Amino acid sequence: MSLLLVQLLSGLANAMFLFLVASGLSLIFGVTRIVNFAHGSFYMLAAYLTYSLTAALPLGSLAFYAAAVVAALLVAGLGGLVEVLLLRRVYRAPELYQLLLTFALVLIAADAVRYIWGADNKTGPPAPGLAGSVPIAGQLFPSYDLAVIAFGPLVALALWLLFHRTRWGVLIRAATQDREMVAALGVDQRRLFTGVFVLGSFLAGLGGALQVPRLALTTVMDTTVIVEAFVVVVIGGMGSVWGALLASLLIGVLNAYGVLVLPKASIVLMFVVMAVVLVVRPWGLLGRPEIQLRAAGGAVPEAAAASPRPAWLGALAMGLLALPLLLPTFWVWMAVEIFAFALFAASLHLLMGLGGMVSFGHAAYFGLGAYGAALLLKTAGWPMPLAFLAGPLVATLGATLFGYFSVRLTSIYFAMLTLAFAQIVFAIVHQWDEVTGGDNGILSVWPAAWLKSPAHYYYWALAFAGAGVILLRVVAASPFGLALRAVRDHARRAEAVGISIRTLQWTAFVVAGFFAGLAGAIFAFLKGSVFPVYAESPMSVQPLVMVLLGGVGAPSGPLIGAAVYKVLDTVITRYTEYWQVGLGGILIALILAFPRGIAGALDWRRS
Amino acid sequence: MRSRRFAALLLSALGLGLALWAGPAAAQGPIKLGDINSYSGIGAPFTGPYRAGVEMAVDEINAKGGVLGRKIEVVFRDDKGQPAEAVKHAQELVESEKVALIAGGFLSNVGLAVSDWAKQNNTMFVVAEALTEAITWSKGHDHVVRLRPNTYEQGRMLADKAGKMKYVKWATIGPNYEYGKRAWETFRDRMKELKPEIQVVGEHWPTLGKIEPGPLVTAIMAQNPDALYVSLFGSDWLAFVREAQKRGLFQKMFVVGILLGEPEYIDPLKLEAPEGMLVTGYPWYDIKSPAHQDWVARYIKRGDKTPVLGSLIGYITYQAVAEAIRKAGSTDTAKLVAAFKGLKVETPIGPITFRAVDGQSTMGAWVGTTKIDPQRGVGIMVNYDYVPGEKVLPSDDEVKKMRPAS
Repeated sequence: MSLLLVQLLSGLANAMFLFLVASGLSLIFGVTRIVNFAHGSFYMLAAYLTYSLTAALPLGSLAFYAAAVVAALLVAGLGGLVEVLLLRRVYRAPELYQLLLTFALVLIAADAVRYIWGADNKTGPPAPGLAGSVPIAGQLFPSYDLAVIAFGPLVALALWLLFHRTRWGVLIRAATQDREMVAALGVDQRRLFTGVFVLGSFLAGLGGALQVPRLALTTVMDTTVIVEAFVVVVIGGMGSVWGALLASLLIGVLNAYGVLVLPKASIVLMFVVMAVVLVVRPWGLLGRPEIQLRAAGGAVPEAAAASPRPAWLGALAMGLLALPLLLPTFWVWMAVEIFAFALFAASLHLLMGLGGMVSFGHAAYFGLGAYGAALLLKTAGWPMPLAFLAGPLVATLGATLFGYFSVRLTSIYFAMLTLAFAQIVFAIVHQWDEVTGGDNGILSVWPAAWLKSPAHYYYWALAFAGAGVILLRVVAASPFGLALRAVRDHARRAEAVGISIRTLQWTAFVVAGFFAGLAGAIFAFLKGSVFPVYAESPMSVQPLVMVLLGGVGAPSGPLIGAAVYKVLDTVITRYTEYWQVGLGGILIALILAFPRGIAGALDWRRS
Repeated sequence: MRSRRFAALLLSALGLGLALWAGPAAAQGPIKLGDINSYSGIGAPFTGPYRAGVEMAVDEINAKGGVLGRKIEVVFRDDKGQPAEAVKHAQELVESEKVALIAGGFLSNVGLAVSDWAKQNNTMFVVAEALTEAITWSKGHDHVVRLRPNTYEQGRMLADKAGKMKYVKWATIGPNYEYGKRAWETFRDRMKELKPEIQVVGEHWPTLGKIEPGPLVTAIMAQNPDALYVSLFGSDWLAFVREAQKRGLFQKMFVVGILLGEPEYIDPLKLEAPEGMLVTGYPWYDIKSPAHQDWVARYIKRGDKTPVLGSLIGYITYQAVAEAIRKAGSTDTAKLVAAFKGLKVETPIGPITFRAVDGQSTMGAWVGTTKIDPQRGVGIMVNYDYVPGEKVLPSDDEVKKMRPAS
C-alpha cells in the first residue's frame, strides 16, 4: 500500500513538470498553430541559466529561487524576440514553414548551450530549504518533490484566472477556437501572438528552471522533453490547458506505475497511451474538433501543372548517368545517399504536399523497408536483389496497418499518431534482440558482388530511386492525385462529389509507405548495416525538413530539398564542430529568403 | 533581389565544398589518420576530453619527429551518435582524405557499423572506447582492434570482488541497451559461479536518456535487495543518484557500479556522490607511477583541466596507432593488420598488448570503493586495485569459438 502511495506521489511530481512545459506548448499551438520544436530549447536554456545565475546571484539561500524566476523571465523575453524577429516574417508562408524555422532554432540553441556551458553533464545545487526528505508511509520522499506537487496546481489556477478573469485571457481563448473571427472583430493578432509566445516560453522556462535541483543538465535535454510535451499536449487536446493538466497527470502516474508492472514497456508506454487515446478520441481528451480554417495562410500555388521542358529533363538524366565518371568516389556514395533521401522526401511529399497530411512518423516505413531487406538477406538468406525488392513490401504492410488508423485523424493529431506508430516500430526493433539484434543492429548488409563497386550501386540506386520519383509524379498527375488535392483543399466538398476520403487517404498512405520503404532499402545497402535509429523520430524529421526546405508546393521541392540539405550538412560538419549553428543559420536564411521553399521561389520567378 | 543574394551565398557554400574536397595530394606529406567519434549529442561529455588526449599524443609524437620520418595529422569527424553518419565519414576519410586508418568510436553501434564497413573495405579500424564484446568477439575480424576493457572484462572484475561479499539478493538497473544487458549478464553469470546461492530479485531497464528516477528508486527499494548492480551512465546516472540519495537507497543496500568511478561520471555529482560503492574507474589523482604522474602533469599543463578516463584513452589510442605504423614500417593496410597482432605499447600506465587472437588490448581497469574527498569536493576511489586485462580475458581457445570463422 505504502509503495503505491509513494509511486503515486512520484508520478504526480513528474506530472507537474510535464504540465508546465506542455501547457506552454499547447497555448502556443492553440493560438498561433505553430508546431514549436524550439519549446524544448527554451526549457533547456532556462535550466542552464538557472544553474549559472544560482552561482552568480549574491542572495545566499534565496539565490536558487530568484535565479529560477529570472531565468524563466529571460527565456520568456527570448521567446518574444523570436516571435517578433523571425516567426512573424513567415506567417504568410504555407502552414508548417514556421515548424522548419523552429527546427533551425533547436539546432542553434543546442550549439549555443554547448559553446557557453560546455558539453559535460552538470548538476545544480539542491534547493535550499527543500534539500531533504520527509517520511511518508514508512518511506523517504523528497521534500522538493512535495513542493512541486503543491506548486503545479497553483500555476494551473493562475492560468485559469488569467483566461477567465482578464480580457487578454478571454481573447486567447477566443483565438484558440477561431482566430479569424477574432481578427475580424478588430483584435490585433500580432500582439496576441507575441503575448502567447512570451507566456508559453515562460512556462517552458519555469519547467526547466525547476528541474535544476532534481535532474542533471545535459545538452540533449531539449529533445528529450519536447517529444514528451507534444505527446501530453495531443493526449490532452491541442490548445486546452486543462487537457494538458489531465494528460500530464495521466502520463506521469502511468509511468510511475508502469515501472512496477511493465518495466520493459517504459520505452513506448506513453506512445501506446497516445495511440489509444487518439483512436478513441481523435481530438484528444479535452480538445475540440477543428474548424476548417478559411483559406489558412492563402492557397498553396500549384506548380504541378507546369512540368519542366523535355530538354531540361534529358540534360538532367544525361548528367546523372555521367556523374560516377566525373565525381570522386566519396561523392558517388554521397549521391546515392541523396537519391535515397530524395525518394524518402518525395514519398512524404505525396502525403504532405498533395494530401495535406503531415506525418511525423514517416521513418517507420523507411526503417521497416531497411529492416525488411536486411532480415530477408541475413536471416532468411535470400539473394540480395530479392531482399532489396521485398523490403519495401514489409514497409507497405506496416503502412497498411498504421495508415488505417492514422487517416481517421486530421492535422496535428494525424501527425502525432503517425509519430506514435513510428515509436512503436522503433521500440520493437530496439527491444526484440533475438530477431533484430537490438541496438547493435544487423551488420554486413552489403549489395551482391556484382553491385559492390560504387558506380554499379550508384546506377542501381539511381534506377530505383528514379523510377520511384517518376512513379510518384505519375500518381500526382493522375485522377487519384487530383482527388487527393481536392480532399486537401476542401474535404467536405470533395466528399460531396463522391470521393471516399478515408479510402483515398489510406491508399496514399500505403503508396507513400512503399516508396519510403524502397528508400530505406537503398540506404541499408549503401551503409551495410541497419539500426533502430532508422525508425526513430530524428529520421522522421529529416524528410520533413527536406520537403519544407525544397518547397511543399512544388513537385521538385523534395528532390531539391534533399540535395541541398544533405550537401550542406556534409560540408558544414566537415569544417566545424559547431555544425548545428551553421546548418541552423543557413536554414533560417533560406527560409527568410524563400518562404515557399527553394523550388517554390524558382517557380515564382518563372511565372 | 534578396533571394538572389541568398542563392549566391548558397552556391558559393556548395562551391567551397566542391573546391576543398579535392584536398592536397599527399606524396610525402604527413601521415593522415581519421578519427570518428560522437563529438555532439549524448557522447559529447566524454569525447571532448578524448580529443584533448588525442591532440596531446599527436603533438608529442610530432615533436619527436613523427613516425617513419613523417608527421602525423588527425582528421576529426563527428558521427552525431548515428551509425549511418559514421559510415559516411569512413567513406569520406578513406576515399577523399586518404587516411591510413580510422580510429575512435564511443557508442557500441557506431563502433560495429564502422567495423563492418572497415572489414568490407579493407581498412584498419582502431576502436578506442566502444565497449560491446561483439566488436572483438562475435563480430570480430582481422581489421579491427579495441583498446578499452570490454563489458565482459569489467563485469568480471567487479564480480570477482563482489562474489567474496555476503550479499545474496541482487537487483540491477541499467539502460535498455545491449551495453546495460551484457554488463549485467556477465556480472551475474560470474557471481553464480563464485556464489551459487545468489538470487536476482529485480531487473530494471529504463530508456537511455529518459529515466524516471523517482519511481525506479522506490520500485527497487520495494524489492528489498541486499545489493544493486548499476550500469546507468551519463545524465541517467546523475538523476538516479540524486533521487536515490533523497530516498535513502544507499543506506538500504550495497551498490556496485560499472564505470561509475570514472571522473566523467563521478565528478559532476560533486558532494552528492555516493560513498562506499564498488566501482570500476580511473583514480588519476592517486596512481603513483612516475610515468603516469608525469603524464597527468603534462595534460594539466596543456589544457588547464584535470584528466578523465577519456583523456587517457585518446592518448593511448594514438600511441598505439603510432607504434603500429612504426612496426609495420608503412601505412599499408595489410601490414598494419599484421602489426597490430601482438602489438606492444608502452603507455603512461605501463605496457599493454593487443592480443593476436582477437585484437583486444590488455589494458585493464581500476576496481575500488568510492569516498568523498572534501578537499576537492568530489567523489574519489580508495582501496583500489588495478586489474590488468590478462586476468579476466578468456583464453585463446574460448575466444576462437566465439569469433566467426574466416
